[in-house]
Formats: sequence, structure tokens, C-alpha cells
Amino acid sequence: MNEYKYRESHEWVKFEDETTALIGISSYAQESLGDIVFVNLPSVGDAVTAGETFADVESVKAVSDIYSPVSGVVAEVNEALCDRPETINEDPLGAWFIKVEKITETEELMEEEAYGPFVAGLE
Amino acid sequence: MKLIFERGSEGQGCAVLPACDVPPVTLPKQRTKELRLPQLSECGLSRHYTELAKEVHGVNDGFYPLGSCTMKYNPKVNEAAASLWGFTKIHPLQPEHTVQGCLEVCRQTEQLLCEITGMEAMTLQPAAGAHGEFTGLLLMKAYHDSRGDKKRTKIIVPDSAHGTNPASAVMAGFTVVSIPSRDDGCVDLEKLRAAAGEDTAGLMLTNPNTVGLFDKNILEITSIVHEAGGLNYYDGANLNAVMGIARPGDMGFDVVHLNLHKTFSTPHGGGGPGSGPVGCKAFLAPFLPGRRPAGREKLHWETSSHSIGSVKAFYGNFLVVVRALSYLLTLGREGIPEAAQNAVLNANYMMTKLQDLYPMAYPGICMHEFVMSLEKMKHETGVSAMDIAKSLLDYGIHPPTMYFPLIVEEALMVEPTETESRETLDEAIAVFREIWQKAKTDPASLHEAPVRTGIGRPDEVGAARHPILRYEF
Repeated sequence: MNEYKYRESHEWVKFEDETTALIGISSYAQESLGDIVFVNLPSVGDAVTAGETFADVESVKAVSDIYSPVSGVVAEVNEALCDRPETINEDPLGAWFIKVEKITETEELMEEEAYGPFVAGLE
Repeated sequence: MKLIFERGSEGQGCAVLPACDVPPVTLPKQRTKELRLPQLSECGLSRHYTELAKEVHGVNDGFYPLGSCTMKYNPKVNEAAASLWGFTKIHPLQPEHTVQGCLEVCRQTEQLLCEITGMEAMTLQPAAGAHGEFTGLLLMKAYHDSRGDKKRTKIIVPDSAHGTNPASAVMAGFTVVSIPSRDDGCVDLEKLRAAAGEDTAGLMLTNPNTVGLFDKNILEITSIVHEAGGLNYYDGANLNAVMGIARPGDMGFDVVHLNLHKTFSTPHGGGGPGSGPVGCKAFLAPFLPGRRPAGREKLHWETSSHSIGSVKAFYGNFLVVVRALSYLLTLGREGIPEAAQNAVLNANYMMTKLQDLYPMAYPGICMHEFVMSLEKMKHETGVSAMDIAKSLLDYGIHPPTMYFPLIVEEALMVEPTETESRETLDEAIAVFREIWQKAKTDPASLHEAPVRTGIGRPDEVGAARHPILRYEF
């Protein structure tokens, strides 16, 4: 618990207990996107599906989809990101997008030890 | 530079409006305050707009290789045709027998565009590309619905697509299935087969694709979708590479949109007006929007039997259609494919003369545009695709498209178009090469560029995060 695990598309998930987790994007993701200027988040109560998009972020370069590593229900949304999207650039691991509960499925994810070298290989 | 509100003074003005010849009325909700309109003399007003015009870079100012946008030169003869009084002093509700010429313009343009695309019917109503996409998707939806086939809710879009494709699909009520491209930028047939099924409403594809390559598997791609019961949508953004040579209709597409403001030399940018005609095969024609010209000797407007309704008022941006017809008739059957060939030749010429310095994202011959990746440059010198693009401004060249397609890191996408001479291309090549040398020897100077333009680097992040959308008096 309480460890960050990563998708290949650079989202992280941090489990709070077995069926509840926070989702955000990695430092590599925010760096590649550049300054983030807009975030589009789902609503509390929405269903999210592992491997499908649940949000999008806009930087001065592009709009990018954000994929969910888990299937479950949105319990909380980090509304503060809408007013201050730069938080994602400043503190990517702290700037969670949504909290998901009632998680029924989790994708196969990378541990921190595997994600570091994976990102290094991309550069 | 001063805003228009900061110019002029109380009492200045110009009498451009004739005296009012109808009785004044009192509105139910009368304004209590005077409108705060700028007060300028005609001379002051003219200088304001001339100053604005000097701050921008259009295709009339210099080279404009903005990939995927096809910023070709707009021949002045188009403007002459579009300013004829028979086209300008008319009203959309005027009796048909008094505007036969205008109906004929629409009919001929439809026919010629159908011939170029291999389609059987066309609407000129949509106002631009994404509007055309939305219209085309509504046709596909209406078709599936008319057959009682309600389970087709998904549109397949490759990850190299224009961002408007998934956006239009969502607007039209579909769910988007994104499929990854192969390393060569083309559609992954296995991934497409896996994605296509009985819930597939259709596929949206650009060919040549967004990395400037013609997908050689196109016939197999469209038949995979057809066999699954879906329809194929052709995004005409890159038609300039193949117009008059290869037809989307022959590639297996059922619906297309065209951008008259890209491919058919009508003005582009500055907010329009654009025009995004949508063509389709005969089985989709009953669903077309708006009113279209019909009849033989005497033309009249007709609405399709199962029309999806209007997507824009009246007949679309009619004067843009006049310009496009003027272009089509000027170039003719020989000129249209020749323009495409020259567009492809120009792109390959530039690519070949640059590829020893600038790494190309995809090997081999390109179509009408090519994509380079500045990824290595950024790691080695800190100079990004953005820095190179900004530096070009100092040499009077509009930057190429940056950071698109999204699947290429530090992308610059160059589309010279057919209207540029070899001399212009050689000059641009020399500039690109000079900037490369600067990036190696004096990278810091590129972070500062441009220095010769009125505005250097605007605060894009600040503008996006805290947009100021109204003038505070």
C-alpha cells in the first residue's frame, strides 16, 4: 500500500486500501507535456474502466487523454486542479486527479523500480 | 501597439452610414448608458488596421510551410470572381429564377468535387473541416439508425489523427476507440481487426496520413471496416497530395469532407470564413443536410428525403464556394493533378536537402509534407522544436506546425505547397541549415528568438491560464 505504480502511458496509481486508490500523472508526463493550462475531470459517481480514458489535460503543446489503470467508481475529484493546473507541473505525485473506490480490476502496472529505467529508456 | 479603445478621442468619427430613413422605435429594454464605441476618424481607423496587418505573417508576406494546413497562395482571380455583383448583391431567400447563376455555381462545384473525390453527392453547407467531420458522422449515424442498427456506437480513430476527429465523434454522440499506429506511422491492421466489430459505426482516416505518408494498405483497411458493418470516413485535410490522382471513393471511403480553404485555394486563417463540403456515396445521399441544387435546365433548391436537417444557415459560405470553383476551372483537368504532383515534389525536394542535418521521423519518400524530430537536438543542445520554429520568424518564414503529430517527439511538420518556387524553397533550406549551425554553436541565442518581430515570445502559458477576454474601461 501507499506506493506509486505506473502505466506505460505515465499515469500513476496509489492504493489507500484494497479497493480505493488515487490516480495522477508522473513527473515524466508533466515534463513531456510542458506547462499544463487546463484539466478536464470526471464527476463523482462516474464509472472508470481500466485502460480507458477518464480525463484530459491541455498544455500549450497539445491535449492529451489520461487513462485509468483501474476499474471502479469516482469517489472524489481534485477540483483544485481546475483553478491551479500548474500544481500538476509543480508536484505531479501530490497532484492527484481522482480518488477511485469500489475497485474491481487493476491493470498490470510497473513498480517504481521498473518505471524509472523504463522512462530512462525513452530519453 | 495601442488597442482601438486607446486610439482616437471624443467627437472623432467617420460618416460611413447613410442617414436613417426609417422612423426610430423604442425598444422594450432601452439601454441606459451610451455604447462605449471607439471614436476614430477614417484615417485613424485605416492606420489602426494597417498596423495590425503589419504585425501578422500571411502567405502574401512570405513562405508559410504550416504542415497539415496547406497554406497555398490564393490566386487573385478567385477574388475577382467572388466580387461580381451577381454573387454579392443577392439574398438567400430571393426567388430561384433570379439566382440561376448562383445555383449553377453550387451545382458545378458539387459535380467537380464529386469527380475529384469519387463521391456521388455533396453538400456545400458545412463551414469548415471539423464541421464537415461532424456532418459526415451524423450521416453515418442516420444510415445505421435507418436500418434499425442501434448497436453501432463506436468510431475507430488512429492515434495519429487530427484532434478534431475524436472531438467530432464525441460531439456526434459516439464513443472513440483509439488504435495505435505502427512504427512507420501507418494503420496497424491487426489492431484494426481487433477493434472492428458489430459495435463499430465507422473509421475516420486521413490518407495521406498525418505523418505525410500514403497508407499502402488502404484497400485492406477500408474492407476490414466494411466487413464489420461499419462505414469509412475520409478526412480530406491532406487531399492536396492526391487530388486528381487518387480518389477516396476508389479507396473504399463512403463519406469525405474537403477543406476548400486548404486544398482549393480559398482564404485560410484569420477565423475564416472557411468551407468544408461533405461528399458521400449514393446510399448516404438521402441524409444530406440543407438544400442542394437540382433540376436540369432550370435549377431549384431541393431538400433530401431523409435529411439530417441544416447544419448551417442557407447554402454555407457561398462566396468561398465561388472562389473554389474559380480555382477548379482555372486549373482544370490537367492542372489539378499537376498541383498535387508539384506539392509532393516540393516537399520531397526540401526534405532531401535537409535530411543530412534534420532527422526525419519517417524514412523514405514523403507525400506533400514531412515530419522531422528535434528530439536528439533537444537532448544535445537544449534547443527545442519550439526554438527552431521561433527562429524562423526572424528570417521572414512562418514556422512549420509544431508538436504535431503527437506520436512524434519534438515534431516539426513542413508543408511547402505547390505554389512555392524552387528559389523560395532554396532560400528556406538555407535558413533551416543556418539555424541548425546556430543551434550547435550558440544555442542560447535561439532561446531568445525571435528578436526582429514586433512581439518576441508571448506568454502563451499565462494567456491560456488567465485569458483576458474583454477590455476593461
